[in-house]
Amino acid sequence: MTVRYIGLFAALFALIVFVGVMMGTPFTVRLMVEAFAFALIAMGLNIQWGFGGLFNFGILGMLMVGGFAVTFVSFPVNMAFWESEGPALLGLTAVAAGIGAVLIFLAHRVQRFGIRGKWRGAVIVVAWFAAYVIFRTQMDPAANTITSTAGWVGGLGLPVILGWAFGGVLAGLIGFLVGKVSLGLRADYLAIATIGIAEILRAVIRNMEWLTRGTLTVSPIPWPVPNPQYYQAQGASIADSFVYARGGYLALVVAIVIVALFLIHRAYQGPWGRMMRAIRDNHISAASMGKDVTGRQLEIFVFGSVLMGIGGAILVSFVGIYDPSSYQPINHTFIIWVMLIVGGAGNNFGALFGGLFIYIVWMLSEQLATALFGTLSNWSSAMGWGEIPDIETRAVQMRIFVLGLVVTIALRFAPKGLLPENIKARD
Amino acid sequence: MNDLIFFFNQAVIGGVVLGSIYALGAVGVTLIFGILRFAHFAHGDMMTMGAFITFVLAGVLAAMGIVTPIPTGVLVVPLAMVLAAGLALGIDKGFYAPLRARGAKPVTLLIASIGVTMMIQGLIRLFFGVETRSFFDTEPKQIFRLELPFEGVTRPITFTEPQIWLVASTAIAVIALHYFLTRSRLGKGMRAMADNSDLAKVSGINTKLVVRVTWVIAGALACLAGTMLALDVTLKPDLAFNIVLPIFAAAILGGLGHAYGAIAGGFVLGFAETLAVFNWSVLLRPFRDVLWFDIPNSLTLVQSEYKLTVAFLILVVVLLVRPTGIFKGAST
Repeated sequence: MTVRYIGLFAALFALIVFVGVMMGTPFTVRLMVEAFAFALIAMGLNIQWGFGGLFNFGILGMLMVGGFAVTFVSFPVNMAFWESEGPALLGLTAVAAGIGAVLIFLAHRVQRFGIRGKWRGAVIVVAWFAAYVIFRTQMDPAANTITSTAGWVGGLGLPVILGWAFGGVLAGLIGFLVGKVSLGLRADYLAIATIGIAEILRAVIRNMEWLTRGTLTVSPIPWPVPNPQYYQAQGASIADSFVYARGGYLALVVAIVIVALFLIHRAYQGPWGRMMRAIRDNHISAASMGKDVTGRQLEIFVFGSVLMGIGGAILVSFVGIYDPSSYQPINHTFIIWVMLIVGGAGNNFGALFGGLFIYIVWMLSEQLATALFGTLSNWSSAMGWGEIPDIETRAVQMRIFVLGLVVTIALRFAPKGLLPENIKARD
Repeated sequence: MNDLIFFFNQAVIGGVVLGSIYALGAVGVTLIFGILRFAHFAHGDMMTMGAFITFVLAGVLAAMGIVTPIPTGVLVVPLAMVLAAGLALGIDKGFYAPLRARGAKPVTLLIASIGVTMMIQGLIRLFFGVETRSFFDTEPKQIFRLELPFEGVTRPITFTEPQIWLVASTAIAVIALHYFLTRSRLGKGMRAMADNSDLAKVSGINTKLVVRVTWVIAGALACLAGTMLALDVTLKPDLAFNIVLPIFAAAILGGLGHAYGAIAGGFVLGFAETLAVFNWSVLLRPFRDVLWFDIPNSLTLVQSEYKLTVAFLILVVVLLVRPTGIFKGAST
């Protein structure tokens, strides 16, 4: 087993060095920053699926929440908003939301007043509807006023690292709510429910222009480390400044990944991890041993979501732009699953390896496809059949196909992944 | 009256059209779930694939200079359905059958279907690019306007030719499926297998044949649904990928594994979406003198940007409140 670990990570290192030689250092450092962020997200999914056997197909939602959190915390303050009547209107909205929440809470308790069965259901539906109407009567004017006077809420102007932490907290909070309502479902129903919730989140974040600026996008989002402009002001050449700045970012991300890996690996090997695996493999027998299955699963769902939120925040700060419409299920949910399946579900190093490796494959398949099509095109024009049109745009699409092919091959020939979970006969 | 007709055009026709699409897609999803017990995510992309097959065939026909009174896309859709059914069989043979033979869990098959989704999407974009196409580049899209013989009615009832084809083909497909499932030996075998596959096997039902027939039906229906959707709107690579979740919502709403439930679920969702974004103040306007409040300009349940979100919301609520769906599906 050890040979396999060393071999695979050495091969990965060689691949990175090869990419560095072929594509240049600035590109490679950028690739590695993003790859490590994705590896962190894959580790989050590994907690949920690998440790707990929970099917989360709503990763996209967590990434969006993390990205929003870091945007909100680290973007400079928008004084136009704070000086307008926006905050007061938002306060009214919060009051309305509170009234609605109280209504819903009371409606769920009506059986205490003797209203049961269908009538209770009807009361709950009416209460939800009333709460929704009350909320909308305050939310709509507030949103309109803010977008017309100040544009949007703006940020808080706090340090970026705080934004990353807030991304984790917010994603954990959302994960708690999602888990609370949907963890009772069976695996494939859970998958569909989480996708549904993520799509709702996506629609809401994209359309709440007053809070997230929606399709107008937010940029530039500050960096936690000195950015290329800083190094250029210090007199570094442009190419060098990118390498230095991205290198600093990379060091920070790698440090976070190492800390996370250390922590979750210890958790995995400890009694907590053993309990989680027991719940995953047979939750009925685990429950009969006195383990709180639902509570533990919720715990796992939240932990995984926190890592995903931090990963999403890191990605957004790095590109420096928050564009809610750029989030797509393939690029932000399915790819994470491919990473975990190929790397090896249940194995933290497998998740790390899968995250790095698949992201590199994902980014490089475009370049390789361009080269391949270029060759084919030359050949076909030499044969007198004419060139292949639109090579550039078509090559981008190749990577989706490659990803699909990789995961189907992995499922068929290496269903446990490249680094399978190490199950000891006796602990 | 004019306001009522506006309501009819916007909400009723819109709901029927959307509901037909959802119903056609959801029947395929629910059949596969009933027989093979996994959520087949690639169904949406099988729809898109079917639409592109039809598009290519229609292009061939147009290039041969054949002009027909009905849209070319409708003319070639039976042939495209045959091809799509063959492709569906091939996809099963290549990607799902080996996993089933190994006894993989349903979730593994679900992940495999996502892999298939990505491969189909990648290939479609590779060959056809990302641009939006239309079946009606060379021929006109006929629009019907029915004037009503009432006094003071100026607004006609409006619908397009593809919408008629869509509703008609949905009706035909549903009726044909009904007779197949209730009258034919194979159809009865399918229902038996959906209820209890082990029992069906020991009763002498050829389960392998049933699986193959399921894929043929699912592939053909997906092709039909995709083509009809593309005829109604436009043809693009993410045509059906965007609505695969509402389709699942329809199937779950009707109870996964229940063909009739899926149809009902499809129409419920279709109407829910159109009614949720309908501007209700239009219907209130005639009563503006008797109402005690001012009618706002727009009185919709949700803003139109959230149209698809309605389906997701219903999906989540159904999953939480009644995961077996309206008709008690195959959930365990």
